[in-house]
Amino acid sequence: MLNDITLGQYYPVKSMVHSLDPRVKIVLLILALVTVFLPENMLLYIPIAAFILLTARLSNVPFKLLLKGIKPLRFILIFTVVLNVFFLPGETVWLEWEFIRITKEAVLTAIMFGIRLVLLVMFSSLLTLTTAPVALTDGLERLLSPLAKIRFPAHEMAMMMTIALRFIPTLLEEADKIMKAQSARGADFESGNLMARAKAMVPLLVPLFVSAFRRAGDLAMAMEARCYHGGKGRTRLHVLKMKRNDYLALLFMALLLAAVIVGNRFL
Amino acid sequence: MPDTIFDVKNVSFAYEEAEENAVQDVSFSVPEGAFYAILGQNGSGKSTLAKLLNGLYLPTEGTVHVCGMDTADDKHTWDIRSSAGMVFQNPDNQIVATIVEDDVAFGLENIGVPAKEMPVRIEQALTDVGMLAFKERAPHTLSGGQKQRIAIAGILAMQPRAIIFDEATAMLDPQGRKEVFSAVERLNKEKNITVVWITHFMEEAARCQHVFIMENGKMVLEGAPKDIFSDPERLQKLRLDAPPVAGLAHRLRQSGMPLTDGILTVEEMVKEVSALCKSPSGK
Repeated sequence: MLNDITLGQYYPVKSMVHSLDPRVKIVLLILALVTVFLPENMLLYIPIAAFILLTARLSNVPFKLLLKGIKPLRFILIFTVVLNVFFLPGETVWLEWEFIRITKEAVLTAIMFGIRLVLLVMFSSLLTLTTAPVALTDGLERLLSPLAKIRFPAHEMAMMMTIALRFIPTLLEEADKIMKAQSARGADFESGNLMARAKAMVPLLVPLFVSAFRRAGDLAMAMEARCYHGGKGRTRLHVLKMKRNDYLALLFMALLLAAVIVGNRFL
Repeated sequence: MPDTIFDVKNVSFAYEEAEENAVQDVSFSVPEGAFYAILGQNGSGKSTLAKLLNGLYLPTEGTVHVCGMDTADDKHTWDIRSSAGMVFQNPDNQIVATIVEDDVAFGLENIGVPAKEMPVRIEQALTDVGMLAFKERAPHTLSGGQKQRIAIAGILAMQPRAIIFDEATAMLDPQGRKEVFSAVERLNKEKNITVVWITHFMEEAARCQHVFIMENGKMVLEGAPKDIFSDPERLQKLRLDAPPVAGLAHRLRQSGMPLTDGILTVEEMVKEVSALCKSPSGK
């Protein structure tokens, strides 16, 4: 259970994509998601797919890993496509039997839905594969910091996420310890039906929660002792600075978006 | 005369809804550069006293001054905490960031040190505790002693004048305990950092300059370790054991071996006994 604790699914190698500013990468993802939903013609997915392939190549992340992100979604994917094939309205009938009626338009739209879903997941995994979780929270904090004016707690949220990330391995380790201790006293976590197994989790979860609360108290005290008093007047070790590659990446994404919009007009 | 770092005057403290005071009329002061120990059983009030020393708790009666600043004065809270840092008992519950370097930076970020200055300070602090090689590691991959040294580095980077250790070695294995204690001894000697070492380990207290003993929230005994530990019967009354070597020396003395007073460590014992063997009067 504890052999490989990887936080998120970050793939730690050095690459052009890894070294992009996390803020830029988040913005890129949002733009990419918009782009994926725009095309009205199947042909327009060719440049988008090419864009993903190129980025994946530049990121030194094995393409297999990107595809792996789709695996858990395969049932939803098939389900959506099949449902759409049967239920979408259309004019050019390809097959009609009893109450089943399949049209050309429905098949095309269904395939388009499928492609959108796959691209969506691939773009998102590309972000999480190439950005360390801490960098991600850092980028989010700074992107959202203008919202502090309307009292949106950007700094607090980022701090919470960082602490959560920091304590995941610690709590996992503790859960493992408690589990072994309870097993040694005859607790059975593995057999029985779903209900029985859920019930067996209680002696694991109660001590884990109690300890998590105690840790929270300790940590708050330690943070105060180190002069933590919220985001006000705080400086940062890592200063985020936009570099040439960041601007280039944004420009590239903007071009793709523009191309898709124009393409929609003419195709 | 060196500056007084901690000046505690007639301090009492009671937790909310508690009937008895956790700390009862305690007074003492710690000069700059000192290495003092506060010793006591669980529940003797020593951890509460620690938290009174840097304004985490405020005294219900009496005053605590740190480098001349009153802890009860809100204006000084952050100055006090950056001049008197604190290392806690549980190594896991005081590390905030997922990377060692970022954690050492945490305190610096809080007090608004410019980003340019931070890497230098972090590197120096990590070097001082011998952890520079672990700069980019994740804390959960380190041992307890290493985590405590990271916590110390996080305080050191803030360039404090004093560090309070609240049972910082209680959860460590003997190896880790030694690691941390000798790192702190070095900081005290080389950087002149004032140390208040709160513990229930006699061996550690024996190596400090001056020992305060607490029981039931009161300061019951104070003095140089030599004087305090040379009288095992008095310690027994306080439900404390002298360090094993001091106990041995006491028993040897009682059975007629001419040992001098104040032997507290194995090294001192070895020196004393070998001197006795060499001397012409030795048997």
